[in-house]
Amino acid sequence: MVINPDNYGLRLFVRYLVLSLIALIFIFPLVFMINSSFKPDSQLLADTSSLRAFLPVGDISLNNYFGAFQRAPVGLFVFNSVLVTGVTVLLSLLICSLAAFSFTFLQWKGRDVMLSIVIATLIIPFETIAIPLLLLVSKLPWIGLEGLEWGWLNTYRVQIIPWIADGLTIFLFVQYFKGLPGELIEASRVEGASWWQVYYRVVMPLSGPVLATAAILKFLVMYNQYLWPLIVVQQENYRPVMVGLGYFFQLNVAWGEVMAYLTLITVPVLIFYLFLQRAFIASIASTGVKG
Amino acid sequence: MKLTNHLAGAMIASTCLCVPAMAQTKLTMWYHGAGNEVESKILNQIISDFNTSQSDWAVSIESFPEKTYNDSIAAAALAGNLPDILDVDGPIMPNWAWAGYLQPLPIDESEFADFLPGTKGVWDGKLYSIGLWDAAVALFARQSTLKELGLRTPTLDKPWSSEEFMAALDAAKASGKYEYALDLGMNDQGEWYSYAFSPFLQSFGGDIVDRSTYKTAEGALNGEAAQAFGEWWQSLFAGGYAPGTSEDPADQQTGFIEGKFAFQWNGNWRAVETMAAVDDVVFLPAPDFGAGSKIGAGSWQFGVSAKSKHPEGAAEFIKFATQDKYLAAFSDGIGLIPPTPSAAQMTKNYKDGGTLAMFFDLSKAQALVRPVTPGYVVQSKVFTKAAADIANGADVADTLDAAVDEIDADIENNDGYGHR
Repeated sequence: MVINPDNYGLRLFVRYLVLSLIALIFIFPLVFMINSSFKPDSQLLADTSSLRAFLPVGDISLNNYFGAFQRAPVGLFVFNSVLVTGVTVLLSLLICSLAAFSFTFLQWKGRDVMLSIVIATLIIPFETIAIPLLLLVSKLPWIGLEGLEWGWLNTYRVQIIPWIADGLTIFLFVQYFKGLPGELIEASRVEGASWWQVYYRVVMPLSGPVLATAAILKFLVMYNQYLWPLIVVQQENYRPVMVGLGYFFQLNVAWGEVMAYLTLITVPVLIFYLFLQRAFIASIASTGVKG
Repeated sequence: MKLTNHLAGAMIASTCLCVPAMAQTKLTMWYHGAGNEVESKILNQIISDFNTSQSDWAVSIESFPEKTYNDSIAAAALAGNLPDILDVDGPIMPNWAWAGYLQPLPIDESEFADFLPGTKGVWDGKLYSIGLWDAAVALFARQSTLKELGLRTPTLDKPWSSEEFMAALDAAKASGKYEYALDLGMNDQGEWYSYAFSPFLQSFGGDIVDRSTYKTAEGALNGEAAQAFGEWWQSLFAGGYAPGTSEDPADQQTGFIEGKFAFQWNGNWRAVETMAAVDDVVFLPAPDFGAGSKIGAGSWQFGVSAKSKHPEGAAEFIKFATQDKYLAAFSDGIGLIPPTPSAAQMTKNYKDGGTLAMFFDLSKAQALVRPVTPGYVVQSKVFTKAAADIANGADVADTLDAAVDEIDADIENNDGYGHR
């Protein structure tokens, strides 16, 4: 069969076919996860060698979900992760945008060197600083309801504060702020606006796309936290979802419950992404940044 | 007035009732079994019984997922945040003792005289930990398979020789009924390799490290016996007797039950489930490759942290937890081997004539603990990699020599791990 290059309908069909196939590759793991979460272990394992793995067929029930809630405090883990992630994202957007504002619009000695140092931190893997950071936070003071106490282990703050500021988020804001029309800033200053007013009355209202991008990237980093909470949290009350996944890997792995747990902890990510999807895509289109 | 008197009386009474509880000194305990409902239930019962049985100590527990437990302990040790009581995997114990995480158990060793050897964590001549159960590995088979293939049923006294074992695999392969004659669980490249497969090496006469000095692997892991093991090991995969390292994990869980394999090398923690699915399952002892039949030993054990300010309280709890009734409860609950003969008689599976009693005998007769050295943590990983590489077709002599070099370099880098 010869394809007529002028045949618009056929080209459109082929294009959608290819795109659909690519989309399926990304969707299949999710479909497998969700369908498997409704199957008993024996059927789940038997189905892995056929296309039935991707279909909700056979002995379907919610038993794995009941089992997951019985095996681990799933609600507590999701609450902990959402709390830690939410607070960190909000504080990160505030602190990093302020830092970027300073790097972009304010003139101060050593500014460029400082920015280079901040950006250079992008090449340092977290694993290399995990142990020194652990030693540091285990001895830091804190003033709480019971007065002065030492050590941050087994708290929410130890999972939040070290992650508020990071080079990537500051870099994202700097890049975006540089693209804003300089005339706007100058005009605001000429009309008597203070730098604070320029920040929250002029710059931030124009920064929706970068706020969405930074929020989503930070959300994913924080929601997927594993190594850090593993070493700084020894109490179940503060454990996040990824560490909680370990509850399901016993000598005999309950695969159905694993899939149910994974499905449950994926829900907050999907909600957050869908909520910010438009702004995220707009930001990718305008900055070329990929998650 | 009457009401006031009643209130005052109630307050005094409640204060009196609270005194013993308030006087108890708090002990913290960390445990690896988060997510295991049965284990948690039994352990919580033991703790509750202990806390109400005396007025000096009150134990509180924090459970961790098993996969991340060791990392959590290492991090807590760095931060100076270890609890009073912790549980430790048997082969890791020497490392934790050497690293200063554990102190010797302040309990007379004679208290555990009748415990299975594999449940005692001894390092540098001192008892550091004691296990509430042990585990064992056996060759799972069907009685009907043995009959169909015309095979002798091996016993503890007369296990299969190397030739008999290979003849059994040949017969299973030739029957054409099975995808593979033997399932070894090759997909699980964690501690399983050292626990389950190094006993084959030891049965050939080799070992992961030279146990006479613990200062080198030279000769033990690359001598003639080890070379013979390596060649036999490789032949299992090259000859198509067993699936290799890319084995589907699902097959290890259900393959034997579904009849894909004639034999399966598996642990007693899978025995109950397999018995429920396979009527005529039999658990056979390890073959004897020349130096006697061997299986691994040593499971999770309780110890006292070096940082504990109340080791006497921690020891009191451990002694309390090692009563036969609790050992039997764990065995009934999770199917593992009770450490004492008297506890075994209290269980449904391990008492005389019980369906799993042979695992107790297996553990007693064939068990060999993994090398008792702090360096085992590294040596286990090196052995795992070497076994996987050889299974995948790597040159046996070169691979074993490289493994020896790696182990020896690690021992040297750690100044011999304290072995004198």
